[in-house]
Amino acid sequence: MTLLSTRGLSKSFAGLQAVHEVDFDLPKGEVRALIGPNGAGKTTFVGLLCGRIAPSSGQVFFDGRDISHLPAHKRIGLGMAYTFQITSVFGRLSLFENVALAARRRVQGTAAVRAEVMGALAKVGLAGAAERAAGDLSYGHQRLLEIAMGLAQAPRLLILDEPTQGLSDAEITGFKALIRELSATTTILLIEHNMSVVMEVADQVTVLNFGEILAEGTPEEMHANAQVQAAYLGTG
Amino acid sequence: MSDRAKTLLLHGGVLVLLFALQFVLPAYHHGNLARIMVLASFAIGYNVMFGYAGLLSLGHALFFAAGMYGLGLAVAHGGADPVSGLLAGIAAALAVSVAVGLLALRTSGVAFMIVTLMFAQVGYLAVLYFGTYTRGDEGIVLQQAQRVLWGIDLTQPGARYFAALLLFAVCLLATLGLVRAPFGKVLIAIRENEERARMLGYDVFRYKLAAVVISGVLSGLAGAVYGLLFGFVGATFASVQYSIFPLLWVLLGGAGTVLGPFVGTLFMFYLIDLSSAVTSAYMLVAGVALVLLTLFAPQGLVGEIRNRIWRWLP
Repeated sequence: MTLLSTRGLSKSFAGLQAVHEVDFDLPKGEVRALIGPNGAGKTTFVGLLCGRIAPSSGQVFFDGRDISHLPAHKRIGLGMAYTFQITSVFGRLSLFENVALAARRRVQGTAAVRAEVMGALAKVGLAGAAERAAGDLSYGHQRLLEIAMGLAQAPRLLILDEPTQGLSDAEITGFKALIRELSATTTILLIEHNMSVVMEVADQVTVLNFGEILAEGTPEEMHANAQVQAAYLGTG
Repeated sequence: MSDRAKTLLLHGGVLVLLFALQFVLPAYHHGNLARIMVLASFAIGYNVMFGYAGLLSLGHALFFAAGMYGLGLAVAHGGADPVSGLLAGIAAALAVSVAVGLLALRTSGVAFMIVTLMFAQVGYLAVLYFGTYTRGDEGIVLQQAQRVLWGIDLTQPGARYFAALLLFAVCLLATLGLVRAPFGKVLIAIRENEERARMLGYDVFRYKLAAVVISGVLSGLAGAVYGLLFGFVGATFASVQYSIFPLLWVLLGGAGTVLGPFVGTLFMFYLIDLSSAVTSAYMLVAGVALVLLTLFAPQGLVGEIRNRIWRWLP
């Protein structure tokens, strides 16, 4: 059963084809890694999925429904959650309030919200800092807060844009465990540069290059794929 | 004591203090404070949009005047009683704020400021253009007989003070409830990071429109009550000056604080009042005070108190 798919999805910025005619299918329950060299169009692609960016042409389907014309907030309402590549938290609000804003879309009532928020913060190891201002956190901890905001939405599809950037080795280990735990209930699409994360958590990998899908397969296949290596090394 | 208890105690305490002051203040300050409470209600309305939703309007005189003229025209030409007049004022402010919101919110940032400023200019010029009914700059003077509400003569200082306090209490408690509710937290989220709020699934446009309408209606209510209590409905209140005042009051008192608008209005009113008793260059004194506050208390008076002492202030 496919949760998310795209057909002929394209985006060009002033003549530059950032994403070109992408047909993409993501089955329910899968952890998919989206990799590719810098400028391959990964962030633009996920932006098209969740409605941050309007496509030049093409369609997006979520759970069998054409969502191409839905604005971002409605797509999120259908059960997508998106975490930003460049950390985007509410800096002057507490961690608690940051996550509560995410949780209140789904649950009401002070006690229920509190339970959701503390649960999400505990999963990323930030429960002890709930009352601190988000802007005072280290960059790595802000990344974890972003993930907690995603978790609090209990999404059907969680889109993570470079979640491990800026995390310490210990935090990355914790992140991998978290993704494995989540994958039982949530479909996950993550843009990732850290190959150890890709190899360990992804079921399937999609490689983007110059806005097009270059290859798809298991992490092992992609690791061994000559075309993929060429794209990364720039000798293709 | 919980933050909630402290908040209720402080804001309730301010209202009790204002209630008690009417019995001890000399006549001059008694009258001033009634005026300040009505103007502070206008500032509270402004603060919903600017302080919480982060929308900087340069055209709030339009909403204040919509309420004021809604009441003034209904009473002076329609023969309405004060209650119907107040309802007409609220209805006018509601209609104007929905229309302005729907159009102006298609822009943001500097363009939003300019668009709201232009709408307010249209309002001001319309007041002058329809001088036959509005009497333009001369304005409409409401007679004593037109200002009796439920047998209470609002030209009497005591009744006037009480009515002003009632308006202020309603506006203060309404915003207090608003900003503590999930709705208010979403407005703050939009102010802090609009794109993030959108990507959490909030319909940002609808929330901003609601903020404009609430802000416009509170401002219009303050305008209608001002006309009723002080008996004058003039074009000055639609001029750009009355768009700048609430911005200054809110900035001085503390944008995004519930008590800030009142503190700012009180401070500025007496700053001008006291300095004009000493020198004819009172605007210079006011200007210097503004510059100093902007330099040393950029969050406004209540905002600084929140930063330094009472972090729980809403």
